[in-house]
Amino acid sequence: MSTATETVKKEPSEALFSKKRLKLITDPLNDSNPVTVQVLGICSALAITVQLKPSVIMFVGVFFVVVMGNLVVSLLRNVIPNRVRIIAQLVIVAGLVSIVDMTLKAVQYDISKQLSVFVGLIITNCIVMGRLEAFAMGNKPWPSILDGVGNAVGYGVILVIVAFFRELFGSGKLYGFQVIPQSFYEMGYVNNGFMMMPPMALVIVGIIIWVQRARNQKLIEAQE
Amino acid sequence: MAINKESNGYIILFSTVLVLVTAVVLVTIFGATNPAFKVNQELEKKQNILQAVKIDVDRTAAAAEFEKSVQKAFAINPEGKVMTNDFDEVFKIDLAKELRKKDVSTQMFPVYEIVKDGKTYFVVGMRGKGLWDAIWGYVSIEGDYNTIFGAVFDHKSETPGLGAEIKEKWFQAQFDGKKISDPQGQFVSVSVIKKGTAPVSDYNVDGVSGGTLTSNGLHDMLHMFLGAFAKYGETVKVPEPVKIEPVVADSLATDSLQVSAQQDSLITNENTNR
Repeated sequence: MSTATETVKKEPSEALFSKKRLKLITDPLNDSNPVTVQVLGICSALAITVQLKPSVIMFVGVFFVVVMGNLVVSLLRNVIPNRVRIIAQLVIVAGLVSIVDMTLKAVQYDISKQLSVFVGLIITNCIVMGRLEAFAMGNKPWPSILDGVGNAVGYGVILVIVAFFRELFGSGKLYGFQVIPQSFYEMGYVNNGFMMMPPMALVIVGIIIWVQRARNQKLIEAQE
Repeated sequence: MAINKESNGYIILFSTVLVLVTAVVLVTIFGATNPAFKVNQELEKKQNILQAVKIDVDRTAAAAEFEKSVQKAFAINPEGKVMTNDFDEVFKIDLAKELRKKDVSTQMFPVYEIVKDGKTYFVVGMRGKGLWDAIWGYVSIEGDYNTIFGAVFDHKSETPGLGAEIKEKWFQAQFDGKKISDPQGQFVSVSVIKKGTAPVSDYNVDGVSGGTLTSNGLHDMLHMFLGAFAKYGETVKVPEPVKIEPVVADSLATDSLQVSAQQDSLITNENTNR
């Protein structure tokens, strides 16, 4: 886990989407992906990726919490006392998660039932606290938002890829719709029950990491 | 900066303000979202009651269907005595509160009367303790006050894959066609037992492997609520002697068999409890 504070140099008239700032979004998608490179947030990646729908909703939830958390903490970074900064971050994150939870219960009740405890577990998602501590505490609001977007999307992409394979091979569906035709089943095709089990998510994440390392030379050097 | 950010006074002030602001924000949002949440919960309850008589509807369509199908509702106490006939009052019953009542005879258990395809069904609402938290469900019983037509169970936080299986279709389907009383009209209930510990009968279903404590909770819940309903059934069944008589005559021969089967299931129950 990287705890070193990354800083963006002060440049008063920097464009909103300058190269350096865009890098904040693109980096977590590949070079510093929170799941496959930093191996954070694995627990939720295993638990809720049986189907695409809860994965997408979880991504939306984490997106909201990371981006808003980064923004709020960044705004408060100069008034948060150093000695209680972790607990202050926790209060902010917990508050945001409660907001997500209450909103889901009111608007998307079925999904909130399906996600059940995992919404509450966004609080313990290491990515959230990791970004607050490593980035938002030391950077201005706008770069913090970009960093939040990048990391949340980096997390969401992996979630969706894993869920895609698990739902497709585990239940023959994608986003709840049957994609493997009935005639296949009649010919003897069976859904892979193992795909429904959490360990399979770990295997898929492992394969993603493998593919990513094979393609991205930077990551290989970083390992040696 | 003039203020010392690391002083105790500042830290206390900061923490207080932060917590207060967070609390105010959360309370506001709670106030805004809670009515919709309550509506969702109510719809789900209606949906579950309908599911017990195998009317599968979307949560959005549940209210209209409920209005159409559910004719009457009443509440009984554990002795089977009817406590109220007021529909709204019955629907509002909070079983968690009822079960906390010290005076058991004043507890009110809801029963809904549903007419489907010209037949009457009674849906008994129930609530019990799982391993971690509450479990609840609705069991529908046919017009003979004895045969189970369908069952729906749900839980708050049982272990996924183990106790949580009680909310799965395969588990609930086991209850279809089970009986709550023996042919003599004696209450037996449906026991949730370990697979293979007793011959399959009209009075037992397989528990969930690895979910013994949840299964036991479910078992106790069924005993309590179906027992109350059976007592209620006795009080109203009397005017139909024609139906009962042939059953009694028929069952005399199998009398001893039934009793031993019953004992079997009781013994195995103790085993699974251990």
